[in-house]
Amino acid sequence: MKPLKVFDYNNYSYQGGVLYLKNQLGFSNAGDYSNRLRKFLPNIKERNITIDCNQLESIDSAGVAAIYNTVRILNKKGITTSFTAESETIKEKLELFKPPDFETHKSSQKNGFLLKIGDLLYKVFKEHALSFLYLIADISYWTIADIFNRKQRRKGEFVNQAVNIGVNALPIVLVLTFIIGMVISVQSATQLRNYGANIFIVDLIVISMMAQMGPLITAILVAGRSGSAIAAEIATMKVTSEIDALKTMGLNPLRYVVIPKIYGGIITMPFLTMLANVAGIAGGALASYIYLDITPEIFINRMSGVLYQKDIITSIIKSIVYINLIVITGCYFGLRVEKGAEGVGKSTTKSVVAAISLVIVADLIMGLIFYR
Amino acid sequence: MASNTMIEVKSLSASFDDRQVLKNVSFTINEREIAVILGGSGSGKSTIFRHMLRLYDVPYNTIRIFDKDIADLNESEQLVFFMKLGVFYQNGALLNSLTVGENVALALEQHTSLPPDIIENIVRTKLELVNLGDAYQLFPSQLSGGMLKRAALARAIIMDPPLLFCDEPGAGLDPVSLASLDQLILNLRNLLGITVVMVTHEVSSILRIADKIIFLDDGVITFKGTPQDALKSDIPVVKDFFSKGTGATLPTDH
Repeated sequence: MKPLKVFDYNNYSYQGGVLYLKNQLGFSNAGDYSNRLRKFLPNIKERNITIDCNQLESIDSAGVAAIYNTVRILNKKGITTSFTAESETIKEKLELFKPPDFETHKSSQKNGFLLKIGDLLYKVFKEHALSFLYLIADISYWTIADIFNRKQRRKGEFVNQAVNIGVNALPIVLVLTFIIGMVISVQSATQLRNYGANIFIVDLIVISMMAQMGPLITAILVAGRSGSAIAAEIATMKVTSEIDALKTMGLNPLRYVVIPKIYGGIITMPFLTMLANVAGIAGGALASYIYLDITPEIFINRMSGVLYQKDIITSIIKSIVYINLIVITGCYFGLRVEKGAEGVGKSTTKSVVAAISLVIVADLIMGLIFYR
Repeated sequence: MASNTMIEVKSLSASFDDRQVLKNVSFTINEREIAVILGGSGSGKSTIFRHMLRLYDVPYNTIRIFDKDIADLNESEQLVFFMKLGVFYQNGALLNSLTVGENVALALEQHTSLPPDIIENIVRTKLELVNLGDAYQLFPSQLSGGMLKRAALARAIIMDPPLLFCDEPGAGLDPVSLASLDQLILNLRNLLGITVVMVTHEVSSILRIADKIIFLDDGVITFKGTPQDALKSDIPVVKDFFSKGTGATLPTDH
């Protein structure tokens, strides 16, 4: 019987249950060998195959991997295999580079779309939701318990944090809310003019800035500015074992690092938000004067009629909730950092995204509670 | 250059900011040899190492590897040169964003046309060789210091390179792991015929596997020879190094 050629070259041939390997098998031709053999395998009728390496002159780890891959495929089809090799070097290499038994990491079962979403939600809940709630509980407890206990806090840290989170953010927050107030006013002016309802621009600006836009924009800016800084600081402390050092010195890292940030935020955020509201309304008033000829006197007169105490209190409550979410989220992702510089970057990014998302969700929930 | 010479360094001098680090250094390393470069801190061993890897600008006609002047390689020759080298860095130098399996497979994926299942076979074999069979899907950040080193070695030997450079392979390993690492390097040399250039301070390791010792002191080679000769040497720095090692004695022949 004429040998059935597996390959174009005469390096590999198959005859009567014997796969002959010749010359050399390695990085340069192992891929070719594998691809051609895969196509050839369905033609094999024998149940036992001998892989003859006697004419093989040299082999490297890629060659051995390719041979054992053949064995694996044949064994899966229920075909048994054996080797013959006279050369000690070839035998030793076949032994040294024999791949370990392993389950391939690619899952053969494809999950459906809904199953994937379910898995993802379960994973998020399992990995994040519970530990996030535990952290909220811990921080809430220590925030109340440490009000009059300064022992586990660095001296002056509360003032530092108040300046960092609140005072230093003031210029950018004021400028941006002023511009946003103007934008809202300019966009609405055209519509209101069509109905001759110019004066209602005051209601629109005051209510939207005070109850909604002021606290939200401030929170988003603070999340981007201070939330990221908190996450990066805590993540770096974790990576460089500073958090462990605090623990082994008998200090609670939450009380030492996080609680001063919460206090600093809670004290400054309502002021920051109120000032942002004022800046937004001022921006709106300026645009109203330019586009709708509403003078500042008319604006202020009308404003005293539409500004309710409830809106101011809502704004303050919102700001306190937001800053807590921002600090706790920064702290949570900072503490969950993985080793290395890349881990710090990832934690910071995740923290900002999560903080802004949580702020928006909280805004919706509080909107439903306060303005049903 | 003799036919079995793998590396020939001839009158190599190097200086940084007027400080001469290497002074007219010359030595040869033959094929299938395991050569250890020794010396104290600042003796210039890392500078030689980095010159041989072309990480520093190499003067013409000072270093020949694979019978070629490595200062005079064009772009395609450089690629061939680097593909024939395995380099094992002291701190591992694994890419943090890739899994251990992906790190080890990187060169195979980039430089060969092997199908993915064969690549996975080779990667798992090499990881098994360095006792890291379970680390395939882990990220470098999840490995201990010793495991990182072994993963780095697996990456260095992935292409069965004829020439392997190791920078402090034993540092941070326990004696058992170190002995098995030495055995692995010996196996690779015996079976694949690779040449190994190593910077290490582990005396037990040097005596176990080294064929040649190149001892540097203040940029000058003070000793060249076998470990047996080094143990008998009267040169003070060499004597000092080995006597303060582990009270070492000659091992049985390997």
